[in-house]
Amino acid sequence: MVGILEDKDRIFTNLYGVHDWGLEGAKARGCWNGTREMLKQTPEWICDQIKESGLRGRGGGGFPTGLKWTFMPKAESERPHFLVVNADESEPGACKDREIIRNDPHLLIEGCLVASYAIRAHTAYIYIRGEYVHERERLEAAIKQAYEAKLIGKGNVHGWDFDLHVTHGGGAYICGDETALMESLEGKKGQPRLKPPFPAGAGIYGAPTTINNVESISVVGTILRRGADWFAGFGRPKNSGIKLMAASGHINKPCVVEEAMSIPMRQLIEDHFGGVRGGWGNLKAVIPGGISMRMIPAEEAEVALMDFDDLAGRRSGLGTATMIVMDKDADLVRAIARASYFYKHESCGQCTPCREGTGWMWRVMERMATGEAEMKEIDLLLDVASQVEGHTICGLGDAAAWPIQGLFRHFRHEVEERITNYRIGKPHVQGATLAAAE
Amino acid sequence: MSVRRLSPNQPASFTFSKESLEQAQWWISKYPAGKQQSAVIPILWLVQKQEGWVSEPAIRAVAEMLGMAQIRVLEVATFYTMFMLEQVGTHALVQVCGTTPCALRGANELLAHCKKRLGPKDHRSADGKFYWQEVECLGACSNAPMAMINDYYYEDLTVESFDKLLDEFAAGRTPAPGSVTGRQGSAPEGGPLVLIDPSLYDGSRAKPIKSLPNAPKPTKGAKEPAA
Repeated sequence: MVGILEDKDRIFTNLYGVHDWGLEGAKARGCWNGTREMLKQTPEWICDQIKESGLRGRGGGGFPTGLKWTFMPKAESERPHFLVVNADESEPGACKDREIIRNDPHLLIEGCLVASYAIRAHTAYIYIRGEYVHERERLEAAIKQAYEAKLIGKGNVHGWDFDLHVTHGGGAYICGDETALMESLEGKKGQPRLKPPFPAGAGIYGAPTTINNVESISVVGTILRRGADWFAGFGRPKNSGIKLMAASGHINKPCVVEEAMSIPMRQLIEDHFGGVRGGWGNLKAVIPGGISMRMIPAEEAEVALMDFDDLAGRRSGLGTATMIVMDKDADLVRAIARASYFYKHESCGQCTPCREGTGWMWRVMERMATGEAEMKEIDLLLDVASQVEGHTICGLGDAAAWPIQGLFRHFRHEVEERITNYRIGKPHVQGATLAAAE
Repeated sequence: MSVRRLSPNQPASFTFSKESLEQAQWWISKYPAGKQQSAVIPILWLVQKQEGWVSEPAIRAVAEMLGMAQIRVLEVATFYTMFMLEQVGTHALVQVCGTTPCALRGANELLAHCKKRLGPKDHRSADGKFYWQEVECLGACSNAPMAMINDYYYEDLTVESFDKLLDEFAAGRTPAPGSVTGRQGSAPEGGPLVLIDPSLYDGSRAKPIKSLPNAPKPTKGAKEPAA
């Protein structure tokens, strides 16, 4: 057997799209089974079950999903409640929600219904990134099937009136932030809002809103079907459950796979991803989540566990568990410089530290990548990175600073070496020029 | 941030086609009454599907349709990078992902090839058929390197297979999207290692569940009445 998780415990049984994605296929694989029973329970019971399952937000934040739902007002007022599903998967490295949307869309739709009932919402929006055109078409088709089968909609068989709509973005990473997503959903530029008010108090259209990641919502149905204790039985305490994981970069077989939380990183890479290119000894560094997570070097990757707390203890993070693997041939500085360009490109321009800082950090990183930079600029760069981090409305400033911090934390010597080598044999040191002029 | 401005060459007018208009109404109907502004991104996308790009007259038309100030629509059109603000190639809009996960697996060669074959980026090619861009992560990292050509993803590319794709598009054909090496979605090369247990697919999971685990004894009135 490869990995830890057995086939019988997998939630996304059509992850690779081998089988029918449609309603009939999904039902045969257990989707929409017992949904009526779930909606016969109280919303509190559903929230409690999700809390007990230990499900933490799968979009990278890791906030307990059940707890988030309880922040919603307990009774409906004149302001309707909304559920918004964040399918704006744009972080470099992350490519897991796409597989759910295109291959198991009914799990997502079922999860939307159950979650909406738990937060007393009658309308849900799935905000999908604009580039996922095929995925959007697939999702629209699946929703149409669900409407036609009266599984959702007004007067559906489950007894909870529920409308589900797909909406899409226009290619802005920032809209993955929940408040920017709400702005975008309202038809504005995706510039994050200040919190408070939190979305549960005033979200889209000023109404109470809960925003969850696609994966968090899609696992809800199966958790309730199989029991919170079943889900909580995987992984270490406080990091329990099953999670989609993926890999890209210098591995032999990049893919997406569902695994138990807290699987050792090495086992995950060797069992599922075909190992590191050139063998485990050729590994240099791993970025465990999306690219915003700080990288960890090979010796830590050897012992790291794929969960929130272990990786946070290594000054990194699980993020979306979609790792980027780099072997000894990789140019780490160039890789992080490209990440800095990404953040410069995707900054929304609202907060000064991020708007100016991301561009500045990228330009310095470019010079670090060639070696043109000055040695003292390393500390200046780290100083600026720490000043961008935590001083912006949303997390993009933090996300731009972390990859740089991770690089210098573990591979500062490489950058220094590059700067030194750049100068070897080049008579362009300031002192030398002056001496010649005299 | 990226600087994005409207093209200096603008058409005199813009009118929605019948299909676009129908679809625009469908999008507007998704949102609560009075919140039609929410449909601005999907409708600008319809404009782009109709014309190939988003022109200034189109922005005015969308503003009128949704009762928005023109500047608000202009803001949206320039903020979101999927909207092309100048005319693109007649045959293909090629968007190659250049972000780190793709770059680690050879996207830089694809970018160099684009430059060699199609000319400088963010411009129409000399024959007018192509327009290519380097874009940020498209979210298919396990199938890197990849490119989006006219809305759909082409994955697991090499310079050779990418060049062949461009040949196809230049000839006016549209090759089937997906992995060019024939991988099944995002499964590992050589076929899935998991999800091979036949009992997952024999229908045994569809057996009706009588009561949920941990469920309390059903009591009448426990469920809230549907509003």
